[in-house]
Amino acid sequence: MMAAGGDLDLLIGTRWKKPPFIRRAWLRWLLILGTGAYLVAAVASVEVNWARVYEGLERGAAFVAAFGDPDFTSRWQDIRDGMLESVIMTIASTVAGILISIPIGLGAARNIAPLPVYLVCRGIIAISRALQEIIVAILLVAIFGFGPLAGFLTLSFATIGFLSKLLAEDIESMDRVQAEAIRATGASWLQWVNYGVQPQVMPRLVGLSMYRLDINFRESAILGLVGAGGIGATLNTAFDRYEFDTAAAILILIIGTVMALEYISGIIRAKVQ
Amino acid sequence: MAIISLPDGHRTWRRFTPRAQILRWFGYLIGVAVFVWCWNRISEATTWFFVWDAPRIAGDILTRATPPRWSYMEKLWWPIWDTINIATLGTIAALVMAVPVAFMAARNTTPQISVSPVVIRMIPPFLRPVLMTSTGQDSYTIGPIRPIALLIIVSTRSINSLIWALLLIAIIGPGVFAGIVAIAIRSIGFCAKLLYEAIEEIDHGQVEAVTATGGSRWQVMAYGIVPQIMPAFAGIAVFRWDINIRESTVLGLVGAGGIGLQLSSSLNVLAWPQVSLILLVILLAVVISEWVSAKVRGAII
Repeated sequence: MMAAGGDLDLLIGTRWKKPPFIRRAWLRWLLILGTGAYLVAAVASVEVNWARVYEGLERGAAFVAAFGDPDFTSRWQDIRDGMLESVIMTIASTVAGILISIPIGLGAARNIAPLPVYLVCRGIIAISRALQEIIVAILLVAIFGFGPLAGFLTLSFATIGFLSKLLAEDIESMDRVQAEAIRATGASWLQWVNYGVQPQVMPRLVGLSMYRLDINFRESAILGLVGAGGIGATLNTAFDRYEFDTAAAILILIIGTVMALEYISGIIRAKVQ
Repeated sequence: MAIISLPDGHRTWRRFTPRAQILRWFGYLIGVAVFVWCWNRISEATTWFFVWDAPRIAGDILTRATPPRWSYMEKLWWPIWDTINIATLGTIAALVMAVPVAFMAARNTTPQISVSPVVIRMIPPFLRPVLMTSTGQDSYTIGPIRPIALLIIVSTRSINSLIWALLLIAIIGPGVFAGIVAIAIRSIGFCAKLLYEAIEEIDHGQVEAVTATGGSRWQVMAYGIVPQIMPAFAGIAVFRWDINIRESTVLGLVGAGGIGLQLSSSLNVLAWPQVSLILLVILLAVVISEWVSAKVRGAII
């Protein structure tokens, strides 16, 4: 943005030009040319059957229209059971995930845990974060059979990676003075964690848990696609039968639940912080 | 925090008053009850025979899946290219759509009108934080378009890309194109949300400075606002690209192109050595994209 003192004389009298986002010219041109070449190659390799797309526009319009007139009634039994199963899986897996991720989060904080424990816990977090929910669900369905148990285990596993990592980062950036003060009173390790560490990270932990509850509900909506329970199976059937009004009803329920959860978690987070 | 008198006359410190303690225990009790009920429902829907058999099955799958069938790799190069394209083109399309949504959602850039307090009182309280953009002593402004932008953000964000893909396959047929559109729609909400938060946090002085030179509404945007949010924009783009690489690897499970198609067909014929190879490739792609995104974000910030 600003020119150095010597350059200023040169700049006086010349017209101001907007400084480029990337200052090094060769890097800027390399990036622009590279991006252009890639985009041409990428777009060229995508085969689009425009006739099929054009045909589909009608169905797309039917789907958008279905949002105006969703059909909750004709498959209400399936929708209700699916939503209930999704909610049950969400709650159970969030609770289990939080309970497991607290010790792992403590272990993954370098300022609390000894090195071997730290490495093991960081390893668990890395594995959990690298595997997507849906892939874990496929494997767990193959192992445990169809049903909500596989979904519950999948979501718990995913929650561990998410919460432990953020909790560990929060513990690592905590105020050492408070924790030191508790230790100076002669507290045991457990008392130290309970009175010196926990109050500092609790507000954020509550906020993150609420956020994860929200994510778990959204994820539970797709686990049914691979047979791991929840509303996804009902939704998949509705799409397969081109019953767009039922699908629209399910999507409206999902969006509504997510919005309600976000609203509630906003209130709770404002209270604890 | 409270000082409590013990029965023997001593005074001691407790973190909570007895009343607060009882309330907390009651809260825990309800929480445990809900969890146990949920667990029972899950347990009822589970065939426990299969679960007790699980270690054997898991061991069986593991022996079948190792070693991965490396020769299958030559059939994976093209799907990998497709997967990268789905993520990249999807991210670009999402950003193009997210920018106007973000500007409509940010309190300081959304089109707004001044209204009298009477109108404010007519708005239901839970809608006020959504609609109102600024409050002064006796002047209020509301942004009538803001709720629409926020609705776009929440509805695209709350539906997973796999569901978008299902929907688009039903509409425009299976293939890479459905995957790109699914990724694009799903990412709008995420990008727009982060971007509008960045717009709301800009330094107002710079905007005022450009306005003071007589800049038009568009000039103020181009010279006062855009340079301030450019680093955030680049960071969001790379961050979302990283997430989209992850998501596009599994889109094929429902038929939307990419390496997930191979995963799905290998699973259908129980070709476990191919499955393990594909999972390794996906894992590698995720790790590389995360590394690239971390590097680029480190360079920007």
